[in-house]
Amino acid sequence: MKIRKFNWLTWTGFLLSVFAFLSYPFVFVRWPVTRDFPWVNLLLFGVAAVLLLLGIKRGFAADRPRRSKIAATVLATLSFVIIGLFVFSTLIAARWLPASHGAPQVGHKAPDFNLADTTGKQMSLSELLSSPINGKTPKGVLLVFYRGYW
Amino acid sequence: MGIRPVAISVDSPAASRDLREQAGYTFTFLSDPKAEVIRRYDLVHSGAGIDGQDIARPAEFLLDSSGTVRWVDLTENYWVRARPEQILEAAKILR
Repeated sequence: MKIRKFNWLTWTGFLLSVFAFLSYPFVFVRWPVTRDFPWVNLLLFGVAAVLLLLGIKRGFAADRPRRSKIAATVLATLSFVIIGLFVFSTLIAARWLPASHGAPQVGHKAPDFNLADTTGKQMSLSELLSSPINGKTPKGVLLVFYRGYW
Repeated sequence: MGIRPVAISVDSPAASRDLREQAGYTFTFLSDPKAEVIRRYDLVHSGAGIDGQDIARPAEFLLDSSGTVRWVDLTENYWVRARPEQILEAAKILR
């Protein structure tokens, strides 16, 4: 009796939003096609939103007890907060980067530097450009600046 | 290929060593804890570290053997990074 009244729509919608949120940093970020624009996650959120809306409708049906309304409202609110957080962190906050107008441009000489490698040894850009790879002078150097783990 | 990848961040040499070993990377990792070189390259993202430190915004530069920049990627979204094939394509101009 109670089992039949279980509102699986809101619960599935809620769990699906949690999954859609977590699967971006842990799964879909691995492939450029699902990372550069998080379409898989947005699609999952879309399905979750439909389930939640249907779940709310069901939770508020005349024959449902009061706690069903409360549960549907709480789960739907949490889910929409999760969706909002996701959109904010992947599509809005991730774009708050400095303009870097003063960064070296194509045709410019890259400024030289001296930094410690993982063994603590100082390496200069000129050394990196000239020291051989497998016995041959490198054709070039790819500098990859990254945020780090601090 | 003949292109030397070099990763640069504010991480300490020890933190970079852990990351390098865990990820199985063999290329050079350099430490710029005070973001001096990052500042010289105008890549400082002020206060964006976990404790509000200045860190580097993601950026990639391909230099030829004379140290001249031949290709740049300054992403507008930090989830979006240069893809290997983009870099390989850009590397074709190097001899």
